[in-house]
Amino acid sequence: MGRLAALAPVLLLAGCGSGISFLDPHGPVAATQRDLLFQVTGWMMIVVLPAIFLVPFVAWRFRRRRNATYRPNWRFSWPLEILVWGVPIILVCILASLVLGKARALDPYAPIPSDLPPLEVEVVGLDYKWLFIYPEQNIASVGVMAVPVDRPVHFRLTSDTVMQSFMIPALGSQIYAMAGMVTELNLMADRPGVLMGQNTQFNGFGFQDQKFDTLALPQAEFDRWIAAARTAGRSLDQGAYALVSQKGKLADLRSRFDFDPQKGLIFSTVDPDLFGTVVSRYRAHADHGNTASDHATGEHHHADH
Amino acid sequence: MPTTEGWWPLVFGRLSFDALPFYSAIATGAASLVVIGAVVVIGLLTWLGRWTWLWREWLTSLDHKKIGIMYVIIAMVMLARAVIEGSLMRAQQAMAFDNPGFLPPEHFAQLFSTHGSIMVFFMAMPFLTGIINFALPLQIGARDVSFPLLNSMSLWLTAGGAGLMMASLVLGKFSTGGWTGYPPYTDAVFNPGVGPDYWIFAVTLGSLASTMTGINIAVTIYKKRCRGMNPFRMPLFCWTSLCTSVLMIFAMPPLTVATALLALDRYVGTHFFTNDGGGNMMNFANLFWLFGHPEVYILILPAFGVYSQVISNFSAKILYGYDSLIIATMCIAVMSFTVWVHHFFTMGQSANLNAVFGIATMAIGIPTGVKIFDWILTMAWGRVRFTVPMLYALAFMVLFVVGGLTGILLANPAVDFQVHNTVFLVAHFHNMLIPGLLYGMIAAYTYWFPKAFGFRLDEWWGRVAFGCWVTGFCLAFLPLYPLGLMGMPRRTQEFFEPDYLPFTIVAGIGALFLLSALTSLVIQLVVSIRRRATLAVPGGDPWDGRTLEWGIPCPAPEYNFAVLPVATSRDTFLAAKEDGTAYAPRRAYHDIELPRNSMTGVVFGLALAAAAFGLVWYMWWLAALGVLVAIGAVVARSFVLDTMRIIPAAEVRRQDEAWLAQVRRLPAADRDHETTPRNQGIAEAPAP
Repeated sequence: MGRLAALAPVLLLAGCGSGISFLDPHGPVAATQRDLLFQVTGWMMIVVLPAIFLVPFVAWRFRRRRNATYRPNWRFSWPLEILVWGVPIILVCILASLVLGKARALDPYAPIPSDLPPLEVEVVGLDYKWLFIYPEQNIASVGVMAVPVDRPVHFRLTSDTVMQSFMIPALGSQIYAMAGMVTELNLMADRPGVLMGQNTQFNGFGFQDQKFDTLALPQAEFDRWIAAARTAGRSLDQGAYALVSQKGKLADLRSRFDFDPQKGLIFSTVDPDLFGTVVSRYRAHADHGNTASDHATGEHHHADH
Repeated sequence: MPTTEGWWPLVFGRLSFDALPFYSAIATGAASLVVIGAVVVIGLLTWLGRWTWLWREWLTSLDHKKIGIMYVIIAMVMLARAVIEGSLMRAQQAMAFDNPGFLPPEHFAQLFSTHGSIMVFFMAMPFLTGIINFALPLQIGARDVSFPLLNSMSLWLTAGGAGLMMASLVLGKFSTGGWTGYPPYTDAVFNPGVGPDYWIFAVTLGSLASTMTGINIAVTIYKKRCRGMNPFRMPLFCWTSLCTSVLMIFAMPPLTVATALLALDRYVGTHFFTNDGGGNMMNFANLFWLFGHPEVYILILPAFGVYSQVISNFSAKILYGYDSLIIATMCIAVMSFTVWVHHFFTMGQSANLNAVFGIATMAIGIPTGVKIFDWILTMAWGRVRFTVPMLYALAFMVLFVVGGLTGILLANPAVDFQVHNTVFLVAHFHNMLIPGLLYGMIAAYTYWFPKAFGFRLDEWWGRVAFGCWVTGFCLAFLPLYPLGLMGMPRRTQEFFEPDYLPFTIVAGIGALFLLSALTSLVIQLVVSIRRRATLAVPGGDPWDGRTLEWGIPCPAPEYNFAVLPVATSRDTFLAAKEDGTAYAPRRAYHDIELPRNSMTGVVFGLALAAAAFGLVWYMWWLAALGVLVAIGAVVARSFVLDTMRIIPAAEVRRQDEAWLAQVRRLPAADRDHETTPRNQGIAEAPAP
């Protein structure tokens, strides 16, 4: 792959941090995105390199003092014109086919093919922290999230404040979380690691601290993490949620709960309707909690329960 | 003492002593600079007794050239402020690894919001509007734009918006919602203060001004071309200006609507974009980017036009692929309205919809790529001279291609899901706007400066500024590409990944170069003014130009052309020089009718700016008064019958014949002496 070779410097530069970037992917989505980045870059070299090379070359070759052939009225040539229009058109057709093929397969809403059913995680964006609810396991966490390796995770996201953008770069796509709406995201980790997760949409003065650790754990360890969470001895009911959702950083919650911010705030039980309640709070008429894209296409249509 | 009762709120609304900028040393310093600057300017004008002169010669002028120059002055002042703001942010990020740095988050957020809003609405827009205003009527052989008074109103609305941005430095805090002002963050629930209101009204004033400018320029191009100037003889700059003005006409209203609806949400409690009550911020995102995407082409197309003129001029060669470039410009203009969704691929719409918009975005890359290669072919078989504008054009072509590559990457929804909202995106649009728009505008400023003031700009300092702009851009923004790929979000005041630090430090060094570039431009201007006698080019043709504007004196007379020219080809003036008829005696002179000065524009723009200030601070009396005065100014103007003045033919003859006589005395400079004092604005015909 000569194209990959061309990108080696970027790889060397950016591949040094582990668990923070899709250049060091920990999941199939991020890996495909990285490949697509290189592929598109490689194809683009067909026009980028000639342009970058030709500008100084032509300018210098035809500099005034060189007295090269001077054709001040040369203004058009069909062969060149066909080349100049044709190459970019063909190139964009190739790139468009990439978009239609690979890029659509990477739709955040598209389930990831797997033998295992996806783990369901509900995500609520709060000011300067993320709340994760595991409805099947009936636990919740703030500022830390565990996912099993090699099993797809299906996120449903909303916000209880301004718009945010949920992103775990090493796993794949980001998606907005908006109040009163539910967006979805499918990701999968394929090797263990501690991965950086964050909000990328500025939402106020604690924005830079809205990070969380994503623990990609082998299934057995994930089960242990869940079991440990069930012993936390805290319940995320509406009262506790009111405290958690107050504006502030994760560390600010230590005045209310006794926990280690490095390990996140864990709740051993959770109100099963909490996510739905947060979504419908912003709805004038409690409808079915349609996803954000309904009005756009109607393609993704899920019902809240 | 301000209180919430009694007369104070009736008069001053929300304004109180708390609004003074004493919350941080940097804010206090910046506000002091604004106040001191204003006091110094006012003091100087008073001391020199220049108020009357300023009012008569400049502020109330309807001359398109003076209006254009005033636009560029606004742009330069705002550029200085916004570059400093950008440098502060880079300095913060260079030390922000696990360290709160010197800018608290609240201040940092204000900085990125003002930096973006100013750079887009009060630097780039006035700059390109000023350049178009100045050069376009000269290029199509017109005496003025179609609507000179509307032109003045646009200028003063822009000035009012810029003034509001400056007021926000001194009184109260600006928005922290970024230049895009996304609700619900900017809604009253989350941000009840004056910040978003400042943003809304500054942007609204700017958008109204741009809408009117768009109409003005488009009509000027349709109606004011001189005899023989059929559309396909117009210089390419006129074509790109036409596309830009059409984009302005159609793209600015969505922004005005978006900011107006957001204002309604904030002021009267409607629910257009709120979280609750049936509001939906996605409507704002759509409306905003329905403006925002065409906007980036509004910003770049005039620069493309400038590069077309500059490359052809300094390659001493006719533009290659003129028709092709026009078609490409038109394609870009039309397609710019079909790609807005690529600004929020991550909002949850379907994959098919994203794919359509992604492919449309890539398709815009086709005409853009064609343009680059056409410019390269324009240089081929020419005689390239490396003057300052040409250097900017060359740097633009190389660096813009890099931005094009990253633009195509961002057009892929799947890649965008990774780099959206990261500094990769920041690097991309700065890569388009600095080498694209800014270099183009500085090239235009250097290229047409003699036409405006009668003398060239100092070459050496121009080259220093060029070196700093290019070095600064590369150091400050290229590292942001790998940073973005490493997941560093934009607008972050602090970060916790050690891997980011080397890159942010390099970017911080780059910011120093950008500051040096700005300083070099100031020095260049001062040095040039001091040496104006040796840099003078009274002959009017310092660059061996090809188009109509070079066939008249430098500085251009107020009526532009003593006798309206007749276009014979795409490069009419060059053809005339080759025929030996460029400076031939004219057959006949006629009376010239020009618009009289008018204070309507000044009153209108500043009254609306005062109304906006009143709305920001809830001084309802001021808001009402400002609107009434603005309406009153327009009504009063309708009673003015004597709006034109006549310059008699004899006077035109006297001035023109004096200039032609001077031209015959001036030495002709060959292109080896283009940047020496020998160049007095007469080009020697090249040896065949």
